[in-house]
This record gives sequence, C-alpha cells and structure tokens, in this order.
Amino acid sequence: MRPPLVEVSAISRSYAMRSGMFGRATAVHAVDGVSLTIAKGETLGLVGESGSGKSTTGRIVLGLEPPDSGDVRFEGRPMAAPGTAAWRAQRARMQMIFQDPLGALDRRLPVAVQIREPLDIHGLGTPAEREDRVRELLRAVELTPAHGARYPGALSGGQRQRVVLARALATKPDFLVCDEPVSALDVSIQAQVVNLLCDLQAQLSLTLLFISHDLRVVRQISNVVAVMYLGRIVEIGSADDLFARPEHPYTQALVSASPAPGRRSAGRIVLSGDPPNPAARPNGCAFHPRCPRAVPRCASEVPALLAVGGNRQVACHLVTGAETRDAA
Amino acid sequence: MTQLIAIAGLSVAFSGVPVLRGVDLALQKGEALGLVGESGSGKSVTWLAALGLLPRHAQVAGSVRLDGREILGAPSAELDHVRGGRIAMIFQDPASALNPVLTIRKQLCEALALHRDLSGEAVKAEARRLLDLVGIPDAARRLSAYPHEFSGGQVQRVMIAMALAGNPDLLIADEPTTALDATIQAQILELLSLVRREMGMAMVLISHDLGVVAENCDRVAVMYAGRIVEAAPSNQLFADPVHPYAQGLIGALPPLDGPRRRLTAIPGTVPDPAHMPSGCAYAPRCALAGESCGLAAPTLAPIADDRSVACVRAEASRRAVLGMAAE
Amino acid sequence: MGRYLAIRIGRAALTIVLVVTFAFIVLRLSGDPALMILGPEAPPEVLAAFRKAWGLDDPIWAQYFDYFGAIAKGELGRSMRDGRPAIELVLERIPATLALTLPAFFFKVALGIPAGIYAALHRGSGIDRAVMMTAVAGFTVPSFVLALLLVLVFAVQLGWLPSGGQDSWRHAILPITTLSLGGAAVLARFTRSAMLEVLGQPYIRTASAKGVPWRKVVTSHALPNAAIPTVTILGFMVGTLIAGAVVVESVFAWPGVGRLLVVAVANRDLAVVQCILLLVAMTMVTSNLIVDFLYGFLDPRLRTKGAHA
Repeated sequence: MRPPLVEVSAISRSYAMRSGMFGRATAVHAVDGVSLTIAKGETLGLVGESGSGKSTTGRIVLGLEPPDSGDVRFEGRPMAAPGTAAWRAQRARMQMIFQDPLGALDRRLPVAVQIREPLDIHGLGTPAEREDRVRELLRAVELTPAHGARYPGALSGGQRQRVVLARALATKPDFLVCDEPVSALDVSIQAQVVNLLCDLQAQLSLTLLFISHDLRVVRQISNVVAVMYLGRIVEIGSADDLFARPEHPYTQALVSASPAPGRRSAGRIVLSGDPPNPAARPNGCAFHPRCPRAVPRCASEVPALLAVGGNRQVACHLVTGAETRDAA
Repeated sequence: MTQLIAIAGLSVAFSGVPVLRGVDLALQKGEALGLVGESGSGKSVTWLAALGLLPRHAQVAGSVRLDGREILGAPSAELDHVRGGRIAMIFQDPASALNPVLTIRKQLCEALALHRDLSGEAVKAEARRLLDLVGIPDAARRLSAYPHEFSGGQVQRVMIAMALAGNPDLLIADEPTTALDATIQAQILELLSLVRREMGMAMVLISHDLGVVAENCDRVAVMYAGRIVEAAPSNQLFADPVHPYAQGLIGALPPLDGPRRRLTAIPGTVPDPAHMPSGCAYAPRCALAGESCGLAAPTLAPIADDRSVACVRAEASRRAVLGMAAE
Repeated sequence: MGRYLAIRIGRAALTIVLVVTFAFIVLRLSGDPALMILGPEAPPEVLAAFRKAWGLDDPIWAQYFDYFGAIAKGELGRSMRDGRPAIELVLERIPATLALTLPAFFFKVALGIPAGIYAALHRGSGIDRAVMMTAVAGFTVPSFVLALLLVLVFAVQLGWLPSGGQDSWRHAILPITTLSLGGAAVLARFTRSAMLEVLGQPYIRTASAKGVPWRKVVTSHALPNAAIPTVTILGFMVGTLIAGAVVVESVFAWPGVGRLLVVAVANRDLAVVQCILLLVAMTMVTSNLIVDFLYGFLDPRLRTKGAHA
C-alpha cells in the first residue's frame, strides 16, 4: 500500500443548535470520532445522506474548521496553526471545490483572472509565468483562452465547475477535497467532469477526498469508500467490493435504493422512518431505529468500527460477530 | 387499453424563444410513462403547458386531448375541473410547494372540497384517510400542523395525499424525489407505485435520473432541446437505445456494479433555445452526425412496435434491419 | 411565544431609553435655552436665575438623571415658555394631528394596497405601469413640494379650497390629500413587490394545479403570504400617526403636534421637545410591538418552534 498523505484520527465536531427561534440550545454532534487515512495518489469517497457529517468532515480535513478533538496529519505532520506562514504553505497544497461553482466564483471578474488569483496570493512566478500557467490550466480542464476571458455568468454549469477546478489546481496542490462537485450538473455534463477529474488525478497524481451522496459517481472515481451515518463511519472498504457486497445494513439499503436502468424495484430494501436528525441522535447504534435487522443490543451499545477481513471495516454488532453472543 | 391523454404538436415559446418545439405524446389509462432529459429539455414545461399552468406571457400552440376532448386553451372553469380532478401534479421541491401559512388540513380539504362531493365531517375523515394512506403517522393530529413541521420526505407524502384527493386518472410527478436523500427517495417511489396500483392511476414520472425512470415506468420518452427524440418500453430503451442522445445519456451513467469503464461523456452543452442549430438540435454534439442532419429537424417516426425515434441516421439503419427481418 | 414577547418588550423599552437619551444630548449641546428664550440682551443675573430655576446650571449628567427620575414619576417637565406642564401642551394638540393622520392612514391603505395588488396581478399591463409611475412620483416628490403644488392648484389657481388654517373640514382636505398620496404610493409599491414575490412561489402553482380557481388562489393563498411583509410597512405608518405630519402641518399652518414640535425646537423649549420625542418613540415602539405580535399571528413558522424532530 502506498504511504498515507492524509491521516485523520478520531476527529469530532459538535455545534450548538437552537430548536426553533428561542428554544434551548442542544449540542449537535456533526462528526463523532471519525478516523481515515488517504494514501498518496488515491481517492477516498465519502458517501452519506444529508446530516451524515460528510461535508463537515471535509472541512475539518482541510483545516477550514478546527475539530473539537482528534487531529489531522498531512504527510505525517500535524496541521500548522491557522494564519502562520507554515499554514499558508500547507494550504496551498490542499484545495477544495464545492457543489455550486457560481457561488464559488466572483461574477464581476473574468474567469482567467480568478484562476490566476491563487498564484498572485501565494506569489508564485513572474506575471508572465502566471499568464502561461493560466493558459495551461485552462487547457488542462479542456477550456480555451476565449473561455478565460468570459465572466462566470456567460459560462454553462459544467464550464464553471471546470474553472473552479482550474483555480483549485493553480497552486499545484497534492490534495483536493471535492464536496458534491457534480451534483448540480446534468448527467452528460457530470460524465465530462468525472472523466476530467479521473484524468487529472492520474496525470498530476492528486490525492482526492471525494464527498457525494451519489453512489455511482463515488464508485466511479474512488479507490476506497467510507459510508457515514449521523457523524460516524459505519463501513469502509475498497470501492468495487463495498458496493458489490455491502455488509452494514445501512450500506445495503443505500446500494439497494440506488436505482439502476434495467432493474425493476423487486426486492429493494426500503428503510422506514425519517432521515437521520443529528440533533436527536438515537442511543446505541444511531441506525438502529431504521435498521430492519436490529437486535436489543443495538439500542444500547455503540458498535465499534472493526475489521472483518480484507480491508473492510464495519461498525455493526450483527456483522462483527457479536450477534452470536447476543443469541446465546 | 384506451387512450387517456394525447398531446400533439405542443409547442411553447417565451417571448419569442421556443422552449418546446412540437411534442407528440400519448398515454394509455393506467400506464406509467417516464420522461427523461436534462435541464431545459422541456419535460416539465410540456405538462405545465398542457394544464395551462404556464405564465400568461407564454405562447402555447398545439393540441392536448383528454379522453378525446381538447383541453388546451379551454375556459378556466373547465381547466380547474381537470386540474386536481382528472390530472394531479406533484413537484420537485415539496417544502416550497405547500403554502407555509396554511395548515395541512386546510390545504388537503381545499382539494377535497373542489373535486369530491363531500361535506363537513366526511371531508375531514377523508383527509385523515389520505394522510394514513400515504404513511403519515398520527394522521389525525398531524392534520393541524403546518408544512414546516414536517420533514422533506413527509412533505412529499402530504403532496401525494393532496394529489390523490381528487381521485385523478393521471398523476404528473415532476422530479418528485430529486430534493430527497436516497433512502427517502426509495420510500417515496415505493409509495407512488403503491398508490398507483391501488387507484389504477396513470402516471408521468418526470426525472433527470434514468435509473428512477427505468425502474418505475412501463415506457420512457427521452427529451432533448424541446423535442422527444426517442420513445420506447423502458426495458428496450435501456438495453438497446437507438437515438445517439439516448445512447449518450445511458453511457454517461456510471455503473454501480461490474467492471468500471470510462464514461462516455457527451461533448459540448445543451444548445441555447434562442440560438437553436438548424436541423437536428443534437447534431452539434452527435458523433454520428452527417451532412443531412443539419438540413431539417428529424420527426419522431415509428421504428418498431411501440418504439419511435427522431433521428435521420438511426431511422435509416433501423428501417434496414426491420426490412430485412420482414422479408 | 411568551419568551418571544418578553424579549420584544425589553427591546422596546431599551429603544425608548436610547431615543430619550439621544434627544437629551443633542438638545443640550445645540445651544443655551436661557439665551434663546430670554434673548442675548438679558442681564447676566436674570440668565443665571433662569438657569437655576430650570436646573440648567447642574452638571449635564445630573440633569440627565433628574430628567429620567422625573419621567419615571410621570413628570415631563414644564414648558420654559409659558410654564404650563409640557404634557398638557402636547396632549391638547394631538386631536388636531389625528384629525389629519387618521383619515390619511385610512386613505393610504384603501388606495395603496388595492392598487399594489391590482398592479401585481396585471403585471406589465398599462394599469400596472400607470400605478407604478404614480407610485414612484408619489414617493420621490417630497411632501412639502406636493403640498405646495396642491396649494398652488386648488387654493391659488382654482380657489376651491383654503390654503391653510383649521377653521372647517374643508381646511383638512389638502393636508390629508398630501399625506395620503405619499403614503399610498409607498404602500402600493411595497404591496406590489410583496405580491409578485408570493405569486412566483411554487405553492401558488401547486394551488392552481389542484384546481383552485384563480380568484381563490389570490385571496386564500397569495394574500395571506403577501400580508406578512406588508404588515411591516403598515406598522411603520401607524408609528407615524402622531408625528408624521410635521412638514404638512407647517405648510398648511395646522396647529397639531408637528407644528408644536417645530416651534418648540426653534425656541429651545426643551421640556416640550423631549415630551414630544418621548411620545413619538412610544408610538413607534408600540406599533413595532404590534407588528411583531401580528407576525406571530400571520406566520406559523414563527409561532411553533422546530416541532419536527
């Protein structure tokens, strides 16, 4: 296995949230003891529904938000303190792209200027070199210099996401966090951007943390996939294997819920109950109220994420062999 | 099966810019039809236009016959009877599709009062029954709640209950699960197929998600730039798409199992409605496009039983295949 | 809801204290009342006696606390001009002001809201454009210009109506018209944009899609939602009932609170000015409280707190 670039150990993050206008504040555990390693040049896919904490995890990994506990190491070193020169140097090597490219771009500036901006900020190269680099970046994301002269409003959604990608790549980062980068795009455009991301990753040996609710896209691009539910990782394993043989009942339901052409809905697992609410986290295994296979133990004891062979880890009493004890 | 609704030559323009350019579509009683296409292809506009729900400045032409009776441009009293009574509609973003200042009871009973011959207590009892039917727990109490007190999946259930209030023959579900999480999407789709079976209702499922449409519909129509480019039974369409755009859409969808392959992305973007290319609108992005494609827009022509396609090149190849088989 | 109201009331009280403090400081800093009232030729000992009598020679913070102490006891001071209690002077002018502002308020609402709704429902039509042009004119033209214009046409040129004074109901017509037109313009524009916003919402399409006749879509779906922002501006207008006619009363020589304020400011009659400002602050704050309460009534999202768990 390749050496890890990013190591996340036991990060947690909670927010105070008021219910209603003047309700009492409750602690919402957005992320609760998440550990991950991303090997150099690989892609880790993070899937989960809204409220699973996948975006918060991405922001913490990138240092945009501090964890309440736990730490993130980049190339074996802890993240530098925000605002220091070391932090800025580190930040230039890690970038993020979001779902909404229009929101991430300034409507009043031509996109080429915005692609050059990180170079200006980090003082990379002479002005002439920066111009060359912008042209090179535009070419890398399959846009022309003519596109560069346009304003974000004059580009299509897919083109805007390419611009965001070019800007993120400007400082030659090693690590890219992509938070739902193709979710707002139409299928045909989504495929263009996914292919582009795959190509760029191979060419630039990028390491990616790819966050999405779309299992298909995640599988397409990831080596390893982690499934999150209410702030915890419930299952992690290699992408093909995980989707072919999901072990955790939640992963099974997710895979089963993903519609496929040419397959009628016979035998689909349909979970009952509402989507998970981070403000009212059930005791024990957070998934147990919706789990079709829950046993009494699930309601009281939080399952640990344990290895079950191969490189698969599952957090489920039923899978990790505990159900035999329960039955006895 | 008898024909329920037939749309012919439906076209819509907004201040001179055509967004729908001649749509022909027919639906049998009890049938589930999927309408797929990317944003701007006109799948929602088709049904909004058919029901007279577009803003006044939209220019609508063509014909929409419900049980043989023309409803396009019908007087509003007649349309109000059709809307909600014969044809009901649910929308993508359920949270904003319900009136935030009215209780669920008010909104449900309003639909019941309009389309059903019920009064007083019977209306309330029916409202409770509908909420029960769509799987809202504790229906009696929840009736007096406001939309913001429900989760996204529950609001869509309420919307479905409201759509069922008039015992419609046809339900138009416009991206009903796009705003919802995967497990909730599965719940809503299951509910839709359940009520459809129970009420013998026809359904048009509008979606950008091929998988959703494939699994829930008997027949699928693929739209591109304001036209239907291919219509076929779902299993046939996904196993053997004929129109290059349909092929492209299916190739662009990453598989969830089996070996990973490079996605066949469709190059370019959807054309701007104000600057439509002449001839076939898909030609500029099409790998198979020839000279003839730029001359005239191909019409939707039958290529087999219950299958039709609007493509000069596919037509030719298909006809050849069929011709040989017939001899 | 109880807590919501408690916070609002606390905030209202704070607003009043701040307004009064601000008025106190500005007025004390802007000139010596003794000089203003007695004139620059008054002998120094008379000035000193005047200052002592009104407490003007105390340190400013002492005056401030005395003032608040007095207010707390319900004493709002006496006019430095004629020695009568300031509150009496103000209260006897209120009916005159309300005689203008109440009818004007009625006309604003009766004209502005229907015009706004109509314009929104017929967006882009000739009537919509006419209403909007009138509305823009109505609130860009300052009220004194409008007042003078009306005087010029109806009093000077046509001679139909008197140009000033308070002798008969006919004297009230021009001031009321001036106040109504400006306010109606603001309301029309506001109502129109609130209505347009609501009409573009998906739930309006839902209502149409379930077969609700358009007239009912407007009355039972659009209007209740458009009422929420409109109530804000109505609340503001209620708040100006007491002192919203300063300019108009001055132009038409109408002896209301507004004119009293102008005269009292010119004379540095501190007690009267402060009394009026206190009254204005209280009406403003009260109307805001009513608006907040109405919000809770109109918008269920504010009433129930996060019930879905």
